[in-house]
Amino acid sequence: MTTPSIGQTTDVGAANAPKRIGAFRRIISTPLGLFSVIILLSIVMLGILEPVLRGHDPNTAELSAINAPPGTPGYFLGADQNGRDIWSRVLASINVSVISALIGSGVAVAIGSIFGLISGYIGKRLDGVLAWLFSLLMTFPAMILIMVLQPITGGTYQTMMALFGIFISPGIFWLVRNLVIGVKNELYVDAAKVSGLSNRRILSRHVLYVVRGPIIISAAFMATAAIGIQAGLAFLGFGSGQDANFGTMTGDAFLNIYRAPLQLLWPSLFLALMNAALVLLGNAYRDALAGPQAVAPRQKKKQSAAKLEVTKPLEAHPQSAEVSASARAELLSVRNLRVSYPNLDGTRKEVVKGTSLFIRPGEIVGLVGESGSGKSQTAFSILGLLPKQAEVSADVMNLAGDSLLQQDGKLLRRMRGSVISYIPQEPMSNLDPSFTIGSQLVEGLRASMSKKEAKETALALLARVGITDPERTFKSYPHQISGGMAQRVLIAGAVAPRPKLLIADEPTTALDVTVQAEILDLLRDLQGELGMGVLLVTHNFGVVADLCDRVLVMRDGEIVEGGHVRTIFRNPSHPYTQELISSILDEATVRTDPELVGVKEHK
Amino acid sequence: MNPLLQVSKLRLSYPGRGFRSAAPEVLRGVSLDIAPGETVGLVGESGSGKTTLGRAVLGLAAPTSGSITFDGNDITAASQRERRKLARDIQVVFQDPYTSLNPALQIADILSEPLIAQGQKPADARRSVTALLDKVGLPADSAARYPREFSGGQRQRIAIARALALQPRLIVCDEPVSALDLTTQARILDLLIDLQRETGVAYLFITHDLSVVRHISHRIAVMFRGELVETGPTAQVTEEPESNYTRRLVLASPTADPDRQRQRREARRMLSHSASTT
Repeated sequence: MTTPSIGQTTDVGAANAPKRIGAFRRIISTPLGLFSVIILLSIVMLGILEPVLRGHDPNTAELSAINAPPGTPGYFLGADQNGRDIWSRVLASINVSVISALIGSGVAVAIGSIFGLISGYIGKRLDGVLAWLFSLLMTFPAMILIMVLQPITGGTYQTMMALFGIFISPGIFWLVRNLVIGVKNELYVDAAKVSGLSNRRILSRHVLYVVRGPIIISAAFMATAAIGIQAGLAFLGFGSGQDANFGTMTGDAFLNIYRAPLQLLWPSLFLALMNAALVLLGNAYRDALAGPQAVAPRQKKKQSAAKLEVTKPLEAHPQSAEVSASARAELLSVRNLRVSYPNLDGTRKEVVKGTSLFIRPGEIVGLVGESGSGKSQTAFSILGLLPKQAEVSADVMNLAGDSLLQQDGKLLRRMRGSVISYIPQEPMSNLDPSFTIGSQLVEGLRASMSKKEAKETALALLARVGITDPERTFKSYPHQISGGMAQRVLIAGAVAPRPKLLIADEPTTALDVTVQAEILDLLRDLQGELGMGVLLVTHNFGVVADLCDRVLVMRDGEIVEGGHVRTIFRNPSHPYTQELISSILDEATVRTDPELVGVKEHK
Repeated sequence: MNPLLQVSKLRLSYPGRGFRSAAPEVLRGVSLDIAPGETVGLVGESGSGKTTLGRAVLGLAAPTSGSITFDGNDITAASQRERRKLARDIQVVFQDPYTSLNPALQIADILSEPLIAQGQKPADARRSVTALLDKVGLPADSAARYPREFSGGQRQRIAIARALALQPRLIVCDEPVSALDLTTQARILDLLIDLQRETGVAYLFITHDLSVVRHISHRIAVMFRGELVETGPTAQVTEEPESNYTRRLVLASPTADPDRQRQRREARRMLSHSASTT
């Protein structure tokens, strides 16, 4: 209802123009992704085409070619100290690396995801056992064990990589298990169960589909690890030294570094290119999965986007004379407010389209509308709390005689602390879970008083908002109190500076009706006591009827109708308001038609 | 006539956190029955156990004692295989239309899945998708789209279509309109009522909103801290509630009329005042 309203409106809009782009298409549409795919594919192709491209056998020593410099006929990259063709050896090494990567990450993914799926989905005791086993596996020093086990593995790099895959599988296991636990509680998995789907089908169709992205990403990183470990072990001399691979190549070149330093370059270069391409590809895939992000068009960047700007000079406004006359009587006056967000294609989408509203001192004004109508956007733009991409403009935005337009952050912050206050929709997510209620309240008060005074004031406030044991609540953490209590705490914090204007964004939507009634009572009492103006953003007409003096009805970013609360309810003039009012479920009519099958009373 | 669903003395507790910690009891002996083609509204506040009761009926939560009987058969501890058969008779519509549809599947897949799971040929299942979409008032070309391309109300229509796919006799509706806008809410409720008249399906309609439940229910059951405090015909429960809690609940829900709301507010204050003095 608050910030997602932008997302919701695009949902509806997207229904007309379905655009489906696969993850791979999205990867290669970014320069980073395209670049890494090209590099990786070319390296793999070089390996595959080895028999065609190589000039000599990678292990054939030619005495006449010892330490041949690059460019020697027949030895494109030169030859090493044993007279073996470096180019052929590079091609052979590519194949070894690719196979190492496939085996290492393949084994890790297979073991980790199978057991992760089982562990996360079935849970309970099996989860405990599997989690313990994989934790144990994690504690083994993989590299040392691979070395120690060489007599058993026979020293071929394939078996060493399979072993390595087993040792790094806990990484995948934990990833998959935790993702599955998250997905398992999604409602669509429950719905699938109720639909009578078997576990296997639910796992393969609903669960695996969601977790595949992260698995692929970490598989890319594990592939680089496998390549590195394989080369590292070979460099140290483990495994058969006969085959050409990047490890033995760097090892040989290292011994020869004073005579032919260039020999070290070739294996290192290919090794680095391969690993970098894999890591960057993983990153590109992650970005592609995260979905497209809205980028503000360049030319708009020169204006600090979230800052307010005056669109027209005040004098140009036809009603400016009346405005300034009535402005003195108005606590808040807003004229021609516009809020827009960048679209993906660089155009802007206007979510508030020139709304004008005013609030008199001590007046409660309800701003009603459905999701995506721009009501929260209007409230947030008055608070100056819209995200950076938002572009806000207005002819007039005055609060208690001060203009909120083009204010620097400091003054706006001071206004927010003293003149204007805010009550959010979700009380729980607006309290920091790691600090006590007391410390959060005192923090807000400390600006204007000593610590001791602040504590006393906070306790008095908590008592004022109807909390029965203020001392205890003061010391509690947010998770120890109920949602209704949390909302009371937030109200206490909001009214502490005795604001002139209180903006409440769906303050009771997340609460039970009995709690809602109490919170509305509290708001009414506090408003009477402090004489503040209130802008109440809500979709609930019952709340409006309970609290508001005046109502503004909003739709698609425009205020379609405004007026006294009784007028709006009894004689709405705008068709949209009429539709809204008629959608309110009438209390007088209860369902009277009998059940179809003709069963009457059942009690 | 036998009731379609009969819940008797149902108790349910979730295992506590940690070793040998006390298990909080969510349902404390709930008895309720639903006749074929009837809507029973289950009203209560958060934490009252109303959703848990629905989940127990659906087999998503295991009761500790008591019994659930569907059409004469005890389904309290139905095996997975029996549950799969029961899917034909008992279905669900969840509250949140954004998470109850798998974002990665096309609408056609979502709707045909229950049919395929019951052994229908994929081609036949696909064919019935259009009819289902038509039933809930969505255009046929919705089939090839993804859930994210629909608004909240449209998604809820898809969820209802999925529930209807197997022509069940009971649908558990867990707050199906709470996440929707006012105008959409009214339309979805009308759709549910129309579908009931057409198909004779019974609803267990779980909600916290009295005005919604008044609109759709034949009978209302009020739940408070794991117990049913009152059950009766809709008009009786909402107009002359017997239990004190129901009275509080009725008076706390604001009505969309400034003057009547004022009266209600004062009545509520009187009630809470008399409650605190006695």
